[in-house]
Amino acid sequence: MYSTKLRSLSLATLLTLGGAFLLAAYYAPVEADQGFSQKIFYVHVPMAIVALGGFVWGGIQGLLFLRTRDPKHDLRSYVAIHMSVILGIGVLLTGGLWARAAWGVWFEWREATLVSFLIVFLLYCTYQPLRFSILDPEKQSRYAAVFAVTAGAFVPLNFMAVRLANPFIHPRVLNNTTGGALPVDMKIPFYLALVGMTLLFVTLYRLEMTHKLTRGRVKGLERRLERLQGERDEASIPARSAAPQVLA
Amino acid sequence: MTPLASVHFPDGSGYVLAAYLVFFLLLLIYLGITAYRLLGLERRLGDLTRQLDEAEAKSALDGASAPAPAAAAVPAPDEVPR
Repeated sequence: MYSTKLRSLSLATLLTLGGAFLLAAYYAPVEADQGFSQKIFYVHVPMAIVALGGFVWGGIQGLLFLRTRDPKHDLRSYVAIHMSVILGIGVLLTGGLWARAAWGVWFEWREATLVSFLIVFLLYCTYQPLRFSILDPEKQSRYAAVFAVTAGAFVPLNFMAVRLANPFIHPRVLNNTTGGALPVDMKIPFYLALVGMTLLFVTLYRLEMTHKLTRGRVKGLERRLERLQGERDEASIPARSAAPQVLA
Repeated sequence: MTPLASVHFPDGSGYVLAAYLVFFLLLLIYLGITAYRLLGLERRLGDLTRQLDEAEAKSALDGASAPAPAAAAVPAPDEVPR
């Protein structure tokens, strides 16, 4: 059931992320302003970037679904958003710990970066209930794709709006994403952690896709068996999940 | 062996440790749930494949022992609905 590609990806993720965290612990210097607590940066920021990238990827897949009506794109959009919401939980929790260590508070409501991420996260938390509330599978996929596209477009807009806002409390470690403000011995573990986190996202994404496709295969076999046994009408099988079904 | 209390930890190390633990725990919980679900699916897939093979074999046997469709379509005189 599991491909060799998934195994190789898992291994690459483990090596990259493990290496990045080791470099962050032993190679990267302690930041002069924030001290040791700045080490949270190497897990928090890559996770946030990958989560936001995953939301945008979900939007792109939603757009592809609306253009082609291929359920494969709907499934990809669903899985990308699902994974990004999980990473989003990690971002909020690690961010809270960093805020507590650096500023003495768990959350700063006046800080645009934190509030905007929370808004994006809460917005995507409504994706699953939206899918669950629609019974018709075709409508469900279409509405979910529209949501994914709209919210996916909102993510970069939101990011840019926050970047333009003043004044900043939240550190701008990447100097407006050019990477100029970060010394080389911090850049190496950071970019390695970013690559590792992206690989982790891809690995988990593929794992979740394998799960969904296997479930689709199981449902397909159940239908085939029921047809053979003639026990139940095909239409009477209740939908147990709002996840898109790609039948094998 | 150095007692843990005498080891000097830098300021904020507790928060750093907690942040990385949160990340690993989240990952572990997710992987645990996914592994559990995949194992269940794998089992169900195995069962279904076996049941399907049996059902297909049974229907093939029934098809072989049943009378020809043309003959079966003609009702016996006492079966004609009145």
